[in-house]
Amino acid sequence: MMAQAPGKTTLTGWLFKGPALTLLAFFMVYPILSSLWMSLQVGKGMNFSFGGFANMWRLTQDAVFQQALLNTLTLLVVQVPIMITLAMLMAVALNDPSLKGRALFRTAIFLPCVTSLVAYSVLFKSMFAFDGVVNRFLEALHIMDQPIPWLSDAFWAKTLIILAITWRWTGYNTIFFLASLQNIDPSIYEAARIDGIPRWAQFIKITLPALKPVILFTTVTSTIGTLQLFDEVNTITPLGGPSNSTLTLSLYIYQLSFKFMPSFGYAATVSYVIVVLVMILSFIQFVVARERRRP
Amino acid sequence: MNRRLHRIMIYALLSIAAFVSVFPFLWLILGATNISPDILSGKTTPGHALFDNIVKLTQQVDLVQLFYNSTKIAVIATALTLVVASLAGYAFEIFRSKISDRIFAGLLAMLSIPFAALMIPLFVIMAKLHLINTHTAVIIPTVASIFMIFYFRQATKSFPTELRDAARVDGLNEWQIFLYIYVPVMRSTYAAATIIIFMANWNNYLWPLIVLQTNDTKTITLAVASLLSAYVPDYGVVMVATTLATLPTLFIFFVLQKQFVQGLLGSLK
Repeated sequence: MMAQAPGKTTLTGWLFKGPALTLLAFFMVYPILSSLWMSLQVGKGMNFSFGGFANMWRLTQDAVFQQALLNTLTLLVVQVPIMITLAMLMAVALNDPSLKGRALFRTAIFLPCVTSLVAYSVLFKSMFAFDGVVNRFLEALHIMDQPIPWLSDAFWAKTLIILAITWRWTGYNTIFFLASLQNIDPSIYEAARIDGIPRWAQFIKITLPALKPVILFTTVTSTIGTLQLFDEVNTITPLGGPSNSTLTLSLYIYQLSFKFMPSFGYAATVSYVIVVLVMILSFIQFVVARERRRP
Repeated sequence: MNRRLHRIMIYALLSIAAFVSVFPFLWLILGATNISPDILSGKTTPGHALFDNIVKLTQQVDLVQLFYNSTKIAVIATALTLVVASLAGYAFEIFRSKISDRIFAGLLAMLSIPFAALMIPLFVIMAKLHLINTHTAVIIPTVASIFMIFYFRQATKSFPTELRDAARVDGLNEWQIFLYIYVPVMRSTYAAATIIIFMANWNNYLWPLIVLQTNDTKTITLAVASLLSAYVPDYGVVMVATTLATLPTLFIFFVLQKQFVQGLLGSLK
């Protein structure tokens, strides 16, 4: 009498999952399909008509879209590797048990990830003003003779966005690296030390292979995050920055849908470009990770 | 000698990183005490404008209303997400079947769908349900968080099966096991999840920006953004607002940092 019938247990299991699955069906699965359908519609506002692949053709003719795509990919390719490397370095440094003031360093480095994206954008926008504190600092150190036009020059605006995202997310990723490092058995390093293997070789032979899953995890999540970049660019450089240099795909979708005369069908098409990019890039990253695993 | 140099380099690296990480927070507090032109010209000493900035802020926005809205949204969303996601995460690990595992794999695949691809249909759904400019519209789409379902499923792997078996022998049904055994045993997991969900909701920007359209429904995060987007923003005022918007999450971080990090450690295993 003790054991319940398996059928009843399964039913209970579905009841547990029920609320989540119902909500996901309405607010995740339906929107995904709906957005796919919308991408085949043309028209402004709420007047739609079936356009087939007209929106996709429009992508190839739309210079603004192409710039947004290029901007997003540039930010991705430059920012993600810098941040992942920094996060890994921080984690390795913080993981040393003989380090003095470890808790203090750790708290300081994790701190940026509590700020809202809007809040830290405010800070960066004001610190990087033309006569602002960062330019003053660079001048004082004689790194620059004249102030850098962070907010008004296309190249520097992109650089500012990269610096800002790196500030906000490096500590967050460090948490994952640190967690993973703490799972490595310290006796492995001890044995390597006794065998006289130098520190850099220990890092390459022991640390890096153990970190592979976290490198993959943080790279994939950062890639998805950067492809969706919106809050920072909309706050620091509204309307896409100097000559659209910081216009990202998400910002363009937002402008197409909610700023100008709404063009939902075309906006949905652009959003699927992000979906396709995420799928391709995640796939590549998984393949690369798998190949590297082979000795 | 080599080892000593190595040490010094590590301390130098960490000190620079710590300074860069913390400086913007000091800048925020300094900024709240200064007038806008001083902030934009890089003044790094405290000013005397704090009181003036606070007064100007209260003249421009209804702070009580903003905090009420932000707190209401974050608290309700966090509570609902905890219930919905922990039930599902628990069940995806405990009540497994071929279909269940396939659905879970499907959910993980959807994790990579960007919000930008969902926001237009979501907006249309909310318009049809007459929920535009309501807090319900802000909360509902965030409740069934796939990330949190995944998080609870991972954490459930460390929930001892013996406890479940013992509870069954004692005659508890599945709901009672969940409520009286699982929830208390996993309280550190819940604590960590609470922090993560609360912060995400408190800091949420894009979706509330689209859905909330009048001043009486807006959140503090939206207010900061709109103060900044003024033609000539008053940075002193913006800094005070940003400080206020950041204080709750900063407080949570300092009080519950251990749970936050330990929770992440638990979910990775």
